[in-house]
Amino acid sequence: MSNAVSLVDVVKRYRRGAESVEVLHHLDVDIAEGEFVAIMGPSGSGKSTLLNLIGGLDRPDSGAVTVAGTRIDKLSGGELTRWRGRNVGFVFQFYNLMPALSAAANVELPLLLLPLSKAERRIRVNAALEIVGLADRARHKPSELSGGQQQRVAIARALVSDPPILVGDEPTGDLDRETANEVLDLLRALSQQYGKTVIMVTHDQKAADVASRQLHVDKGQLADTGRSA
Amino acid sequence: MKYLEYHPLIWIGTHAIKYLPLIWAGLTRKRLRTAFTLLSIVIAFLLFGLLQGVNSAFSHGVQGAHLDRLVVQGKVSMTDQLPLAYRQQIANVAGVTGVTCASWFGGYYQDPKNNIFSFPVDASTYFELFPEIVLPRNQLEALIKTRTGAVIGAALAGKYGWKIGDTIPIKSTIWTKADRTNDWSFQVVGIFQTPGDAGQEQRLFLNNDYFDGARSLDKGMVGWYSVRIDSPSHAATIADSIDKLFANSEHETKTVTEKEFQQSFLKQIGDINFIVSSIVGAVFFAILFLTGNTMMQSVRERIPEFAVLKTLGYSDPGVLALVVAEGLALSLAAAALGLAGAAAAFPMLQDFVGVASLPPAVVGLGFFYAMLLALVTALAPGLRVARLNIVDALAGR
Repeated sequence: MSNAVSLVDVVKRYRRGAESVEVLHHLDVDIAEGEFVAIMGPSGSGKSTLLNLIGGLDRPDSGAVTVAGTRIDKLSGGELTRWRGRNVGFVFQFYNLMPALSAAANVELPLLLLPLSKAERRIRVNAALEIVGLADRARHKPSELSGGQQQRVAIARALVSDPPILVGDEPTGDLDRETANEVLDLLRALSQQYGKTVIMVTHDQKAADVASRQLHVDKGQLADTGRSA
Repeated sequence: MKYLEYHPLIWIGTHAIKYLPLIWAGLTRKRLRTAFTLLSIVIAFLLFGLLQGVNSAFSHGVQGAHLDRLVVQGKVSMTDQLPLAYRQQIANVAGVTGVTCASWFGGYYQDPKNNIFSFPVDASTYFELFPEIVLPRNQLEALIKTRTGAVIGAALAGKYGWKIGDTIPIKSTIWTKADRTNDWSFQVVGIFQTPGDAGQEQRLFLNNDYFDGARSLDKGMVGWYSVRIDSPSHAATIADSIDKLFANSEHETKTVTEKEFQQSFLKQIGDINFIVSSIVGAVFFAILFLTGNTMMQSVRERIPEFAVLKTLGYSDPGVLALVVAEGLALSLAAAALGLAGAAAAFPMLQDFVGVASLPPAVVGLGFFYAMLLALVTALAPGLRVARLNIVDALAGR
């Protein structure tokens, strides 16, 4: 199985006032296609930075970042934006849905960037909502949905353009245990049944246990890796 | 045809229209705030439509001024009367090909609000000098023959349902008759048209002989002379010659082009252009700040939403375009409502400006200002969103 994600000797620094702080120290990471990976670590360890680099939201100061077969650290700003739209689906801790748009309209947002007809967009939106079990809530606004339902809409939005990679930053962080398990089961199904590479940052060990592999980041370096049962 | 795909309207229809729900969602996120902002811009454009419409209607007359006509008026003030005896002396000046006279009657019908633009004229020469006034020959002859006769514009006739043969009572705000009343009555003997300038059809012309004989004051005087000249290039020389004729007399003259005369006539009311520009400028200046502040606030509240859009693959120019489109939608909708209100109210100003409909040029200018307003107010918040750092915005930094 080839790698969906490959980071080689990656260094990332942030500037805090006059001081430059190295957040990731010569990091090497490989994630295979179709893997479901949980990235864990204490606050400030660099796990979200790692996720941002994989998702193309940020750039390394040095090293190579190859995701879905593309050296994304070499892309220009516009190229990186277009690449992100085609290759990565994002799920956030607080869902980040547009409050004034219906569930279907929220899911449709990434499709507006693609050369699709209205009918084609509608078919894809319905399919994505079907996968997350919310086809009957398509017309509901986010405020009319529970937290778990909102996160499922966010997952539908992440997968509607059929990207090979899904990244989640604490996707269950705002949910109760039961709802969190439903969302995790959905992410696992997307990995196992649809072949998506799912990478999530989490503080929750129970959530991490659902993943097929865990990466532990501490002080900007991989501490150890564990494979879940 | 392939090239049609690149036509801006077709491009908008096929590509940009899909973003309308997103633009609408941005505008309706805070409905009350949007409604108040919309209302204030609507009022601004209503004011603009009315004031600029009035200004445009007045200046339309100035633009239609003929270059081969001069006006001889009192030197000190255009309200100073000039002796009728000047007429022959003016006619003898080299380059003058025709002379006629007119005065301001200051008429109204029944109520002072029903202003009638009335002028005592020398009927036998006036209409020859003003060929743009189309009056059938037999009706002109009827006016010359009928001492108390008057001819009225088609728009004025239509407004009050007056027709040939009617006797119409007109009061004057200036002139009293020998019996000390200001009640005058005229017999309608003709109806004229001014093709291409319906505003001029609000006028009434009466016989100067009758007017001069019946009034109690200023007999033997006229308001001004209109002079036709052989060439516009001789205007300055002829004007100078005329004014020299009456220099150091009791009634010195000031001869100007018809355009200058009409402009000075308007200045009797006030410098309308300056007043309108000042008011409209002040209103738009205030609206610029109000709308700009609203747009900035609205975008600031939605920074995480724009960060998400950029995360999903929306480009920097793309999110900038969304913000500008929101501004455009708001401004253009408000302009449409405001200008529609002005167009609906404009017929009520007909007595004042003589034009019954909002000039199309004002509507066009209004929409141009609306677009300008949108671009100016949306550019700063749009650029802020375009330059947004996604990671910082998502982290709430």
